[in-house]
Amino acid sequence: MNWLPLWIACGVITFAIRYSFIALEGHYKPPDWFVRWLPFVPIAALTALTVPELVLVTHQFSIASNPKFWAGLIAIAVAARWRNTLLTIGAGFVALWLLRWLG
Amino acid sequence: MTPRSAFLLGVRALLPMHLGVVPFGIIYGVVALQSGIPPLAAVLMSSLVFAGSAQFLLAQLVGAGAPALLSVGAVGLINLRHALYSASVAPILHALPRRWKLLLAYLLTDEAYAAAIPHLLEHPRSPTAHWVLFGAGFALWAGWQLATLAGVLLGAQLPDGLDLDFALPLTFIAIVVPMIDNRARLAAALAAGATAVLLAPLPYKTGLFAAALAGLGTGAFIGNKR
Repeated sequence: MNWLPLWIACGVITFAIRYSFIALEGHYKPPDWFVRWLPFVPIAALTALTVPELVLVTHQFSIASNPKFWAGLIAIAVAARWRNTLLTIGAGFVALWLLRWLG
Repeated sequence: MTPRSAFLLGVRALLPMHLGVVPFGIIYGVVALQSGIPPLAAVLMSSLVFAGSAQFLLAQLVGAGAPALLSVGAVGLINLRHALYSASVAPILHALPRRWKLLLAYLLTDEAYAAAIPHLLEHPRSPTAHWVLFGAGFALWAGWQLATLAGVLLGAQLPDGLDLDFALPLTFIAIVVPMIDNRARLAAALAAGATAVLLAPLPYKTGLFAAALAGLGTGAFIGNKR
């Protein structure tokens, strides 16, 4: 496998995406609707990445007997209550391990 | 604030995220080796691409024998959200020399953005604001490189059943949930999550981008009504 060119291509496209608006600043003004959408970006993008991991097991919808769903719910509750990164990740792992051990 | 204290502020804001980032880096290293990627290549991907979820996807695509062009496209698609982080920090970095902009763009990840943005929005005109982002970005970069290396070295010695791949969803939960402080933001999260699940069967994570757009549109729509 010729991995080095593939890694470089993926690195270049990733960097170009991250540099895009930083480079354009001052030369181009994004439209108002775009600026209004910005605050929702991390919420929408990261939730879209996360929720399928909690409710899908090998591409099938599964919650009742899915320990990751319940551990995720506990992590969400801990995050909402204490807003503490360390506590949230720790509680999520402990909950998942406990549920697996019990189940 | 001095550059040094701003840098340390960024480092400190990022450090708790390592509890999620380090296990995910380790599991990435393990998955990369299982996909037939040589150890050196697996480690180098972490500095050349430097994007956790995209590296995970790329390793899986390489393991499945996907064509190179398609792999590059999938990595671009999954990282498109970073364009919006780029737009968000662009006004704050505007006056910096180009070498700073290049460096901070390379370091602009979900975690670094989430750790630094509260400080950047609070003091957008601070002459040392970029040092906060640099501190967060550097702390994440260093932790990610070491975790990846640990994953490649540990490899198959890691016991089964630790569910280390759960670290990424947990990290994102820790980032997103505290951001949801009004109805529009809650609606954005619900719309994005539901759409992502509905469109999950689409190949190569294309549903992800549609889901993010659904969340953005819903959030902006409800935000505008009030």
